[in-house]
Amino acid sequence: MDSNVNHASAVTVNQQLFKQGAEARLFTGSFFGRKTIVKERFSKKYRHPELDERLTKERMRAELKGLMRCKNIGIWTPAVYFVGSKSNTVHMELLENVDTVNIYIGKLLMGCVDGSCDVQCTNKLKQLAEEVGITVGKMHLAGIIHGDLTTSNILIDTTNVENESTKPKLALIDFGLSHVDNSAEDKGVDLYVLERALTSTFSNIPWFFDIVLTSYRGTYTSGGEEVFKKLEEIRLRGRKRTMIG
Amino acid sequence: MVIVMGMEGSANKVGVGIIKDGEVLSNPRKTYITPPGEGFQPAETARHHQGVIIELVDKAIKEAKIKPEELDVICYTKGPGMGAPLVVVAIVARTLAQLWNKPIIGVNHCIGHIEMGRAITGAQNPTVLYVSGGNTQIIAYANKRYRIFGETIDIAVGNCLDRFARILKLSNDPSPGYNIEQMAKKGKKLLQLPYVVKGMDVSFSGLLSFIEERYNSLKKQYTPEDLCFSLQETVFAMLVETTERAMAHTGSQEVLVVGGVGCNERLQKMLEQMCLERNAKCFATDERFCIDNGAMIAQAGLEMFNAGVRTPWEETFCTQRYRTDDVEAVWRTD
Repeated sequence: MDSNVNHASAVTVNQQLFKQGAEARLFTGSFFGRKTIVKERFSKKYRHPELDERLTKERMRAELKGLMRCKNIGIWTPAVYFVGSKSNTVHMELLENVDTVNIYIGKLLMGCVDGSCDVQCTNKLKQLAEEVGITVGKMHLAGIIHGDLTTSNILIDTTNVENESTKPKLALIDFGLSHVDNSAEDKGVDLYVLERALTSTFSNIPWFFDIVLTSYRGTYTSGGEEVFKKLEEIRLRGRKRTMIG
Repeated sequence: MVIVMGMEGSANKVGVGIIKDGEVLSNPRKTYITPPGEGFQPAETARHHQGVIIELVDKAIKEAKIKPEELDVICYTKGPGMGAPLVVVAIVARTLAQLWNKPIIGVNHCIGHIEMGRAITGAQNPTVLYVSGGNTQIIAYANKRYRIFGETIDIAVGNCLDRFARILKLSNDPSPGYNIEQMAKKGKKLLQLPYVVKGMDVSFSGLLSFIEERYNSLKKQYTPEDLCFSLQETVFAMLVETTERAMAHTGSQEVLVVGGVGCNERLQKMLEQMCLERNAKCFATDERFCIDNGAMIAQAGLEMFNAGVRTPWEETFCTQRYRTDDVEAVWRTD
């Protein structure tokens, strides 16, 4: 990581805009022959410049730490090749043949009539839910809080997905809001964010998140129970708060 | 041709509005204003509403130039809100419905804001940022419901502003938020405040206690104008960020801001800027419709009435807790 390179984004060549997200642009390119994603955090004009600078730096740091910590404990994340700290860019491995879990579930359900799944589709969803639970459980066991655990930030390898006997392979991305904390509260919020991302988009498969929770507890045996209690509390906070005005 | 009367009084505003097929014929409103440093209590607020609601009904009918018999339906806020003020409005609505022999519809307050915003601005299917003294929600429509994508996990943003104004002893006239907005225009120095975004949710209570605990030392380094400025810049940035996140998640290209805090011009400007950067459209209304009013209840009621909804007599109660996503939006056909 070289903080002295001014035009750090230039180390990845042939950059093409790939996607514009809420706070970052993604470019594809080539870093010494490797297919690469450049994630550039751009300044948000609506924010006060000082606040903007502070948030951008905080999130760059969080992203790098989150990616590396997860990789260390065996969760699939893109490898970081280079960091341009002046250009606010992270240059990382391009994961090929992946879908976001959000899109993948959508595709599976699209193939079903009236949103009701056939056996094959249900089995795939069950396998996926189990794997999501295992991955998140592993992450929480290591004390890593994702901070924005939506279905758009979990990727699934689509190369071998037709084969029912292989488990789905999942990657986690977007660690800009991540931090290390062993409190059940923050882990509960992670699960709550995931639950809401699922129920707000796929309200017709309410059992999906139940499977996620079961396999989460199976993986995170030491603290899963406590996190569940917190999750209950957090759900109530959302639903029962007095709301006036 | 459908003529609807809507009655609202879930917090410190009480209003009666009359709408004819989407056109606002009248919309008078009164606000219960408390002295600086004080919030509004349910009992006193209810007493205030009792004192003015009949004259508001009279005024609404006169300004609309209609006769009560021309009304097709009477709508009132069923919730959410403060219990005592809600009851006052529900009693008047029920009495009038019997006197004039009209059907009655109980309306969800939040849905009122959304439908009024859509009707006034022409936004088709926007991501809604609903910000007021009691609510902070980011809402998107899907499968016959307004679904809550993000919300505050503790206090509402308007509540945070109101309580901040109480620390600074700002006037509650016309509203604490308005006075913060005016002072913020003169602020320059940005104080670093806790910025708490969790996925699509936000939290304000930590920020408020940060200021409460340090106010005596902070006021030596920062003017009240600086503090108002810093507060607005921080909390609004949190709201705009989470709204954008929800838009990215749903693929929406429209934003509608509603609720009392929604008439803050700085917030509107920040939302517009965000929309500009992602080629989206931003819709906002002014204080007549952003702040609680009767017409918004009439507008949502009109949609419900046209879709065949009637509230059975025994269900014409009110409730302090009534989630936006509890209501089936039967009137939406998309």
